[in-house]
Amino acid sequence: MMPPSTARRLCFLSLLLLLLLLAAAASATADAAAAEEFTEELLLRPLPDRKALAHFHFRSSAPPASAAGRHHHLFPKAISQLVQKFHISELELSFTQGRWNYEQWGGYDPMSTNNAKPPGVELWAIFDLPLAEIDATWKNLTHTLSGLFCASINFLESSTAFSAPRWGFKLNEGNLRYGALPREAVCTENLTPWLKLLPCRDKAGIASLLYRPSVYKGYYHSQKLKLKSSQSLGIILDQTLTVVLQPNTVSGKQLHSTGGQLQPSWSMEHLFSKKLSGKCLVSKSSRVFVEIEKGIVDNVDKAGSDVSSNNDLFVLSTAPDRSLKELDNLEVQSSSLYEYDVNNYNSDKPLNVGITWKLPLIWSCTRAPYHASRFLMGSGNERGSIAMSFLSTGLDKQLVDSSNDCSIKAVVFQVVPWYVKVYYHSLEVFIDGNSKAISEVVDKIHVTPSEDKLLPGTMEMLLKFPCSMQLATLTLDFDKGFLHIDEYPPDANQGFDIPSALVSFPEFNSSRSYPEADPLFVSPLLENFKEDGVVKSYTEVLLVPLTTPDFSMPYNVITFTCTVLALYFGSLLNALRRRIGEEERGLKKAGILNKRGLIPLLIAKLRGQKVDPSESESTSPASLPRSKLLLKVVFVAVVAIVFHYLSNS
Amino acid sequence: MEMSKFIVQQMKDLGAEVCYHEFLPHSKHFHPLKFFTSMTNDLAVRPNGTYSNSGTNTIGIIRAPRGDGKEAIVLVTPYNPQRVQANEVLSLALGFSVFSLLSRAAWLSKDIVWLSADSQFGEYTAVSAWLNQYHNPMFVGGVKHEPDGIAEKAEFTDFKRAGTMAAALIFKVGETRNYGDRDSVTMYAEASNGQMPNLDLLNVVHYLAVHRQGFRVNIETISSLLSSAWLRAIAEVIHTLGSILRKINPDWKLDITASDYVEGTANLASSIYNQALGVPTGSHGAFRDYQVDAVSLEFSPTFYIRNENAKSSFLVRGGRLLEGVVRSVNNLLEKFHQSFFLYFLTAPSKFISVGVYMIPFALLVVPLPIVAAALADGGRKKGKSIDASKTKGSADNLQTEGGSWEWLQAARVLLVIQLWAVIVSLLPYYISQIPDGTPIQSSVIWVVLAILTLIVLYAMFGSPYSAGVEWKLLKATMITSISIGLGLMSIINFATAQLGALIVIPMCLFSRPLKAQLGLSFLPRTVLCASNILLAVFGFPPAALLIMKGLSKGSWTVDLGDFWASMEFLWEWSSATYLYLFLVHLPCWLLCIHVLLHPCRQVGSKVKRE
Repeated sequence: MMPPSTARRLCFLSLLLLLLLLAAAASATADAAAAEEFTEELLLRPLPDRKALAHFHFRSSAPPASAAGRHHHLFPKAISQLVQKFHISELELSFTQGRWNYEQWGGYDPMSTNNAKPPGVELWAIFDLPLAEIDATWKNLTHTLSGLFCASINFLESSTAFSAPRWGFKLNEGNLRYGALPREAVCTENLTPWLKLLPCRDKAGIASLLYRPSVYKGYYHSQKLKLKSSQSLGIILDQTLTVVLQPNTVSGKQLHSTGGQLQPSWSMEHLFSKKLSGKCLVSKSSRVFVEIEKGIVDNVDKAGSDVSSNNDLFVLSTAPDRSLKELDNLEVQSSSLYEYDVNNYNSDKPLNVGITWKLPLIWSCTRAPYHASRFLMGSGNERGSIAMSFLSTGLDKQLVDSSNDCSIKAVVFQVVPWYVKVYYHSLEVFIDGNSKAISEVVDKIHVTPSEDKLLPGTMEMLLKFPCSMQLATLTLDFDKGFLHIDEYPPDANQGFDIPSALVSFPEFNSSRSYPEADPLFVSPLLENFKEDGVVKSYTEVLLVPLTTPDFSMPYNVITFTCTVLALYFGSLLNALRRRIGEEERGLKKAGILNKRGLIPLLIAKLRGQKVDPSESESTSPASLPRSKLLLKVVFVAVVAIVFHYLSNS
Repeated sequence: MEMSKFIVQQMKDLGAEVCYHEFLPHSKHFHPLKFFTSMTNDLAVRPNGTYSNSGTNTIGIIRAPRGDGKEAIVLVTPYNPQRVQANEVLSLALGFSVFSLLSRAAWLSKDIVWLSADSQFGEYTAVSAWLNQYHNPMFVGGVKHEPDGIAEKAEFTDFKRAGTMAAALIFKVGETRNYGDRDSVTMYAEASNGQMPNLDLLNVVHYLAVHRQGFRVNIETISSLLSSAWLRAIAEVIHTLGSILRKINPDWKLDITASDYVEGTANLASSIYNQALGVPTGSHGAFRDYQVDAVSLEFSPTFYIRNENAKSSFLVRGGRLLEGVVRSVNNLLEKFHQSFFLYFLTAPSKFISVGVYMIPFALLVVPLPIVAAALADGGRKKGKSIDASKTKGSADNLQTEGGSWEWLQAARVLLVIQLWAVIVSLLPYYISQIPDGTPIQSSVIWVVLAILTLIVLYAMFGSPYSAGVEWKLLKATMITSISIGLGLMSIINFATAQLGALIVIPMCLFSRPLKAQLGLSFLPRTVLCASNILLAVFGFPPAALLIMKGLSKGSWTVDLGDFWASMEFLWEWSSATYLYLFLVHLPCWLLCIHVLLHPCRQVGSKVKRE
């Protein structure tokens, strides 16, 4: 027992300690709150083919690790642990369903270069580690991400699944790893963990618009996570979700909307079946943008009115808080942005931005200089070719003077799994129907040949096309390999995928800058747009049918062989072991010859008892029981047949 | 041209990707070095500026909204833009209605390609030209110098592709059929060299057509068999037997009704015949050359084609059928199962699988090596015994050794005859170069050249009789070669091997020299002789062709030109049956004739020499 005074003192002390602790914690959170930031933004854009694009952008940033210790106020802890453990300096993970339509939705703007991703999962990471440790770290990273996002990213662990491009994908010092899983299906189970990284999840703010049925009904769905970490800046986590949706304005009308070319008027409610009622309270800024493309702006200019939120061609349902104009290098306005600050809206007065067209309008997006597509040639299970074609979109004519010596550069980065054995020496280039020497077109090439069951083949190529070119085609021959039985995936056999190739045009930059007078106006979304954006496009995923064995065949073969072997060995052993003469003698001695089995007896009967004449002589009294036995057998058989017949009829 | 423009406009309004594909009609000719590849390689080359004589396919592609574009389903409607028939218009309408429905479908996971094939040079030509351009494009010399008049067209000349083809459906509306209560669909599936599409595809079509849309589904049949009395008699006997067996055990469902049996037999005969011929029964054959499963559907409506009400109800039902098939293929995550390619059809929903139909063939072929061994062994034993009785002493060893190597002589004869067969099979290449040759002239030249070659070869290498080969050895060699030939052919085209075995094996096994002393009584000997001669006549390809034609058409006019025409037909489609006829069947027949006419002086001469 303690004396009461000491007890009171202890109590006081502990109270003091608690207070001190609380104060320390409070100051720590205050520090973190000053540095950790969260912003949420949404960009909406009408597309030329009667669809609408919605691009969600969430940025969480944490100060350098030393300043905050291990505790975070807003920043997801899972991500900061991941960054610290694997020493990641950059990472990008994207889940995509559907194909980005480079013809209709644009191929020459920040949206398509940064947010158009190949179908399935794509992961790349730059590590801040010695080169020898990178591969092992990558493997651990894939497993961690796989657990974090409920996806089979761990399939990228095997050395046959990832590659280390040097300059074709992104310039680096050998510390970049790239892997893609074209077959990975994307669904809500991947979206939920992604949303868990947001401070408000999807309960409030812009993320609350993510109504699953409408988001997954879209034509394109790409959810992306991009990490940047450095000692000076801390960790910056960009989470983006890009969806292309068909606004379901009037459901009945949609069926016949194919007839007319009229653009549908839509609003946020049509796209997401929800309105935006307020921001996520912890977010520093919360904005919604509506982007009007250059094609529409030009049309508006032609119509002679000013590009405001209410002009001759369209009207925005809510007056914007601010409008921004993009200026390209010729100081000509190309596209305009209308900004809405979600701060000003709440559940009583929800934000429901929409666009209403006054006149039917046809415009087109700016496209990349070449439309790159890739296809397979040949048929059969033996060999084939990969062809990649570059079709001029006519953009070069506008941008570059078609003098004779001008040329356009293109970088091709392509990873081919090892079972597609590409012969890189068979590279052929055809330009406008003429075969060209490789040296004329290929400026620089870096090939890592595939190694069976170890390494995928990687090809990085810098091509130089003449400006006047209409169509260029590159072909590469390949042989189809045989897989070991346990290398076939457990899934249904559809064929094997070759991941998308990446084509980038280093001379074309899609970055957009929005000159803004207000220095306090900081938008991470627009910052991203401003960043260096080399025009990129991904080609199609290819499906290679490989020879697939009939996996049920071994089972059949085993059963048949076993049966045959059993029959063969059984009869052979029987024949070898039996000494017939001795046996017969022994049987005769024992006088039990007539107690033979039923079947030999029957056979003997069928042969008319001519089997053994000597035997019949010697055992003539025994023939009587045998015929009796036969009679019994026949009787039983007849009774059985009659019974069967009667019982069934 | 107006037609294809109209189609393109319609497709474009649906939001599909559109392109034209121009091709030149492909003149088929026999080229020995490109026997199996000639169909694919020389199509893409086209001289510039000749547009008068080219066909134009129109292609529309719907990209699956949420798909990854790895796979595609192809729909084909052939039509002739030069002379558009009412039923072709209806089939285009059917294609368009399905296409427009699919362009709004959110469930698509595979791209849809609609090819409206220009069939003025035959549907197969159009489809195979398109497939060739799809799979083996030529990049050299393919620059399009478009005439300036069609600026709008230039936009669409860029060849567009979708991924790997999963399946193809060719559909057309045929002639109106006035009998029958229901609209019917005829399925055609046989591709070149007896290849069949996956059975699952046929089953899907059949199930949806019969159980969902109420079509009657037919397959090709030999109609003369349907009315034949003897087949009906057999069917009755089998039916009676089956019903008796059923009374014993109700689980034995062996009592096929007579009409079913007759119909099944007629269908089976047609199925075997089409596979054995090795010529595709429609443009689906072009797909099978690229390992794509394809089936042709020919709708034959019961209504008059201008009846608007019936037409719209037909469009609804036909469209639903096609949509259902597309949907079934679309929903497949995997390829069709690999094991359902070898089968004969006895009804649209019934088939005979490879496990069953291999057994009779195996039973036919397996005894052949044994017979050959027995003959060779028997021949030698005989010689040995004679040797043993006549000569004793040191020469004995040598003689037996000589006897064991006697088969080499027979093998030489076989080789010479095989060489002759190869030359005969190559002759048409040179004969077809002769300008303005009528079929009769060509075939006469062929026969004369063949006989001349045989004489020349015998003069060079010695005739079989001069070498003094015993007939049993000759027969043994023949049987060995035929068993090898049939075995190989059964891998390439099973149906040909099976039909061939039915003719060749009795011919081989029965063959005995007419002069041979057999120690038989008069009656069996005459029967044997007669059957020998009959089989030898029946085994001669032109004679067999004539008899078959006579049986099927009832015209017994001897026309040598027909033979040339039918052989031309075979090599134009690069059917392996042509190779079988000339490299396996013909040498066997010639050896049979040699055995029949064998002088049988062998033993005597040997004795004399002794």
